Amino acid sequence: MFTHYIFIFLTILALFSAVMVIASKKPIHSVLFLTLTFFCIAGHYILLNAQFLAVVHVIVYAGAIMVLFLFTVMLLNLNKEERSPKPLWVKIIAFVAGCMLALVLVGVFRGYDIKVATDPAITQIGLVKNLGKILYSEYLLPFEISSVLFLTAMVGATLLGKKEQI
Amino acid sequence: MTPISTIPIHYYLIFCSTLFCIGVFGVLVKRNALVILMSIELMINSINLLLAAFSAYTNDPAGQILVFFIMVVAAAEVAIGLAIVVLIYRTTHSIDINVLNKLRW
Repeated sequence: MFTHYIFIFLTILALFSAVMVIASKKPIHSVLFLTLTFFCIAGHYILLNAQFLAVVHVIVYAGAIMVLFLFTVMLLNLNKEERSPKPLWVKIIAFVAGCMLALVLVGVFRGYDIKVATDPAITQIGLVKNLGKILYSEYLLPFEISSVLFLTAMVGATLLGKKEQI
Repeated sequence: MTPISTIPIHYYLIFCSTLFCIGVFGVLVKRNALVILMSIELMINSINLLLAAFSAYTNDPAGQILVFFIMVVAAAEVAIGLAIVVLIYRTTHSIDINVLNKLRW
């Protein structure tokens, strides 16, 4: 029962902070609420016994991506409120569209009976040892290609961020 | 087969769908390019969590490997996206996406 309470707490906190990301007027508040959401999702990973993913998630999202967003907001002094928010009818239509998408997704999943093989509390696949073995044997080529992707992204970001024209 | 104390996987389905829809709503409503990028991050995160949940419940490690690769691509995407946002700010002195209507039909 204890995991249920943690699950419900994390879910409510994650949904609340996700809503606050959208509802905040200032971008810096959005970034901070986004970080809170990321931590909640890391907690969910731990609940699923996916410790490797939890650690990587905290490092990548709460570490790197949050810092990137914060630096962009602070360096460019973008922390202003929106001057011309979208009109109300656009918001209402977007809200209805989002609710209908949620309805369709939940409805689709509700009718489908998922076969559960194991209890995530006792499964061992999320541990670093097992995932590392698979990552370095079966998925070695994608792993190496992703490093090339990172290099490309790094070069591209540097090139885009340069002051003078190329 | 499974003890009663296990969280049903439908809870994860509902939670991740809701999170995804909040992200969609943010993309539709906001005009700030930064907040739109953040909403995209929300969507990516909800998908990641659902993949990890299915992988944990069906005892298949491929799902968690896929989540790892999605994180890699998301990090690269954010780096490039924020560089583009900085460029937009330099040329137009605003990150309102309504300024970017030169290619509009």
